[in-house]
Amino acid sequence: MASWGTFIRNTGVVGGVVSTGWWRRRAIGRSLRFPVSGVQGGGMTTTRSAAASASAAVNPLVVAAPDGADLAVRVRGLRKTYGETHAVDGVDLDVVRGEVLALLGPNGAGKTTTTEILEGYRHRDEGDVDVLGVDPAHGDAMWRSRIGIVLQTASDLGDLTVEESVAHFAGYYPRPRDVGEVIESVGLAEKRTTRGANLSGGQRRRLDVALGIIGRPELLFLDEPTTGFDPEARREFWVLIRELQAQGTTIMLTTHYLEEAEVLADRVAVIARGRVIACDVPERLGGRDESIATVSWREGDAVRSVRTQEPTTTVGELAIRLGGEIPGLAIARPSLEDIYLSLIGHDTKDI
Amino acid sequence: MATSTIPAPLAPPGAIPLGMRRVRIELKQFFRDRQSAVFNFLLPVLLLVIFGSVFGNQSLAPGSDITFAQYFVAGMIASGVLYTSFQNLAIAIPLERDDGTLKRIQGTPMPKLSYFVGKIGLVFVAYVAQVTLLILVGKLFYKLVLPSGAQWFTFLWASVLGLIACTLLGIAFSVVPKNGKGAPAIVSPIVLVLQFTSGVFFVFAQLPDWMQTFASFFPLKWLTQAMRSVFLPDAAQALEVAGSWELGRCAAVLAVWCVAGLALSLLFFRWNRRGEG
Repeated sequence: MASWGTFIRNTGVVGGVVSTGWWRRRAIGRSLRFPVSGVQGGGMTTTRSAAASASAAVNPLVVAAPDGADLAVRVRGLRKTYGETHAVDGVDLDVVRGEVLALLGPNGAGKTTTTEILEGYRHRDEGDVDVLGVDPAHGDAMWRSRIGIVLQTASDLGDLTVEESVAHFAGYYPRPRDVGEVIESVGLAEKRTTRGANLSGGQRRRLDVALGIIGRPELLFLDEPTTGFDPEARREFWVLIRELQAQGTTIMLTTHYLEEAEVLADRVAVIARGRVIACDVPERLGGRDESIATVSWREGDAVRSVRTQEPTTTVGELAIRLGGEIPGLAIARPSLEDIYLSLIGHDTKDI
Repeated sequence: MATSTIPAPLAPPGAIPLGMRRVRIELKQFFRDRQSAVFNFLLPVLLLVIFGSVFGNQSLAPGSDITFAQYFVAGMIASGVLYTSFQNLAIAIPLERDDGTLKRIQGTPMPKLSYFVGKIGLVFVAYVAQVTLLILVGKLFYKLVLPSGAQWFTFLWASVLGLIACTLLGIAFSVVPKNGKGAPAIVSPIVLVLQFTSGVFFVFAQLPDWMQTFASFFPLKWLTQAMRSVFLPDAAQALEVAGSWELGRCAAVLAVWCVAGLALSLLFFRWNRRGEG
């Protein structure tokens, strides 16, 4: 079956990375990329259909990790019920070692429940869960020392300084990172001696991240880590995540920011109504690459556009008709947000 | 491969060394937090000063040369056990359940035992500091007579048994308040009622019978009685209901509460908020 590596090479979206496998491409081959909607090349049709057919039995929009991939997380048929509510209703999910997987989904879709089962906070009703080779329901201290958790809300440690908190938590781990370096890397060097209660919302969040990575985790869970960040802080945070990934950390990220998912994630999984309804690389999520493209150009004073499944043919025809260079030519594909909303919207219609 | 950069995992540090780290961090947080420092630590000293100033020189009984201040110091030291252990933990743990402390540490390799070692250490240090302060104030201003000989031994076992029982009860009771914000409103009235009925603010023998009976079921009454045997002269035994200190009984009741506290905390302690997990 065609791997995602093939897809990435074929699309040419990502420059210069071929030999290390698809899941390493962002960490090694690229500097920070910011998504620009539209203007993406064609040529992925063949790999897409091949990959899709391989997992068609389940859901054509959910693409499983390649056979033999080294998995950090493997979830099959996960279920959790609270009273009458099926919070998690058959989640299947793979996280490949070294990748950043973004988990998207509306509030109440089962993201947090799923994540907290993987983190060992909650018990499941049904299904197989494997996190770093261990069932989280029976995770011991050794296992805990290999994972890092950044929870959604915390207001503890208000009476301790940043340095005291990070140094204290470093003591829990067998091989912690350097306290000073971690504080530096989350951008709190100037707040070293500030007490938690006196940090701003964004700084407080960075302290949470510092405590999540101080133990040098192999697998890091980030639950909406950049909520309350200003744009600059968010970008600095993205750089930090890239560095962690480059050091070999596998990251499972929950976020509401589609832009963040697109920039950081090797793959995106969308959860709705307790199931993974789509999972793929951001460029292909939900058939994004195959969906209708909008070709627009200038003709005289008017901007004209055509929606088409075959933009290349359209452009060819235009080039012939207009005789060479097409003024103001743009080909737009739906943004990740468009795709996400249509996935969620489509799903809710079924209820 | 990504995995090759990660060496084989080492065992995380043990429960007792980490418990000692927790003691340090707990103490830092306790004394930096104004609410806990004032409420659990300075309040007994303040009460001693107020009650001592108002009623201090009154004689305990006609013809007796024991003052109420001396009687009250013994009661406040017994209360100090209750403040630094039961009240402290029954309020602090629900707050920690709310603010994410408990959830955060559950996500680390720190053994859960270390958390309790930290709490026990905190209670112990806070109690020693508080008793020292109370004895100092009592000695300087209210003619408190320091214990001697066997009284020190009684002081030691009464403090230890009381601290163990009330620490365990505080850990168990931490599941009762719905949330951290509401905890003081539930916990402090209990402490107050026990103090009023157990002979802290009033002379126990002068309380109505039903109140005496009520208090006999709880540890504070016996703890207070044992502390009176430590800080009052032997002649004061005549003022006790039984006419003696009943030290054997005090120890037995406190020991029973230690066992009950252990059972209750093992049965009911919860790491998560209600409805989670």
